[in-house]
Amino acid sequence: MPYVSGLKCRECRREYPAEALNVCDFCFGPLEVEYDYNTISEVISADRISQGPLSIWRYQDLLPASGENPVDIMAGFTPLLKAPNLGKRLGLNNLYIKNDSVNPSFSFKDRVVSVAATKAVEFGFETLACASTGNLACSVAAHAARAGIKSVVFIPSDLERGKVIGAAIYGPTMVAVDGTYDEVNRLCSEVGDNYPWAFVNINMRAYYAEGSKTLGYEVAEQLGWRLPEHVVVPSASGAMFTKIWKGFNEMACLGLLDGVDAMSFGADQNTVHHPAVITRMHMAQAEGCSPIVTAWKEGQTHVRPVRPNSIAKSLAIGNPADGIYALRVIDRSTGSGNIVPESDVVEGIQLLAETEGIFTETAGGVVISALRQLAWSGAIKPDELTVAYITGNGLKTQEAVEGVVNPLMVRPTLSSFEEALSERTAIGR
Amino acid sequence: MDRQRVKFTFENELVKEPVIYRLGQDFHIVTNIRRANVREKIGWVVLELDGEKEEIERGLQWVSSTGVRVDPVGGDVIEG
Repeated sequence: MPYVSGLKCRECRREYPAEALNVCDFCFGPLEVEYDYNTISEVISADRISQGPLSIWRYQDLLPASGENPVDIMAGFTPLLKAPNLGKRLGLNNLYIKNDSVNPSFSFKDRVVSVAATKAVEFGFETLACASTGNLACSVAAHAARAGIKSVVFIPSDLERGKVIGAAIYGPTMVAVDGTYDEVNRLCSEVGDNYPWAFVNINMRAYYAEGSKTLGYEVAEQLGWRLPEHVVVPSASGAMFTKIWKGFNEMACLGLLDGVDAMSFGADQNTVHHPAVITRMHMAQAEGCSPIVTAWKEGQTHVRPVRPNSIAKSLAIGNPADGIYALRVIDRSTGSGNIVPESDVVEGIQLLAETEGIFTETAGGVVISALRQLAWSGAIKPDELTVAYITGNGLKTQEAVEGVVNPLMVRPTLSSFEEALSERTAIGR
Repeated sequence: MDRQRVKFTFENELVKEPVIYRLGQDFHIVTNIRRANVREKIGWVVLELDGEKEEIERGLQWVSSTGVRVDPVGGDVIEG
């Protein structure tokens, strides 16, 4: 049984039952899941978690859906790799990569969708839906297939072929929308209000977003129940960024971290900050869509919406729903916001691939380039424990790095091969 | 009758324009402000609109034409 006591508006604090609700009826503020942490603290322990399944459902006590029969394609418990080669290039001796690109549908979205799909089935929905530019559509279609329910995914009509196929293979009803970004967004929002479907990021959003907390739990567990001093996280809506922070603080408040005393969550569960949580949260956004970081740099408390124009399409949310909450997390954690020039995104992808053998998508390129900025500016000191989150797989955005394909062209003779090799060696490639 | 929840974002000089008043006066739409934050150079208003579907569409098109940004209330719903 999930230990959920209800939903609460983040703005006006009104309380609601744990149903498929989108926003507060009174002020239209976002709703957040509230937990019965007193009961959770009586049952949870590091040992209990360690004995759980090797997926996000090992943390089922801290998730808002029942772990008894989850819609699980084994999302989560992805590798946390020490990154000595990349660390050497950046001057960081204690660098780790959280490689979430190896989830079942190849992005971190499997974490949030697994929770949303499980909750949707609990509520009795027969259709899982989303609006997506790629990763989310793949994950929704895959989880619906696993759950044996229908799925409907809305995509922009000009979406790259690889992503379309990556979602279509699971058999969803795919709707390709012909329109500007804003028009597509408005349409999908309206559809979400008018159809009895579980839209993962609309009426399931409060539950869905909680799945990202597992990115925080896993890093802490994999580091031996301790927290890193820095994390570098890509941001689109800002939800994952805030949930990793929430995950760290939940672990601290529940006494799950090594040498850390438990602490009360107080009146506001979503803003609690345990003093032992010293992780600095660094946000990474690409120049072509950086509304949250821009607001942080300008000292604003309001995020001004932008029209996305970035090759990092999985981060291209121009009007981020959790932007203002993410800004508060940057400040509370004494972290930073980092804008990566579009021209550096591919460099970041290549740097990670060439040093650590991990092929990430454009969002990962943004993270690695932001990490480089932070290391070279001295914001991260050489010996500080740092984790960079890589949230999607490079096979999904191959067109971004097509320029790397430059094979030796030879005839099938040894002499032709040796001639080509010597020419290549002579020009240093 | 239809009902829509929207967010208007005003920048610079638009903050001083009585856009919501005119939306209610010039179109057959009832406006109901639920949450807002207005500063010197930027402001946003979250509101509910009641009226015929076509009239709301027409009204929102006019609001957009003034330079005010119109978004769904919960932010972007398209994700990566």
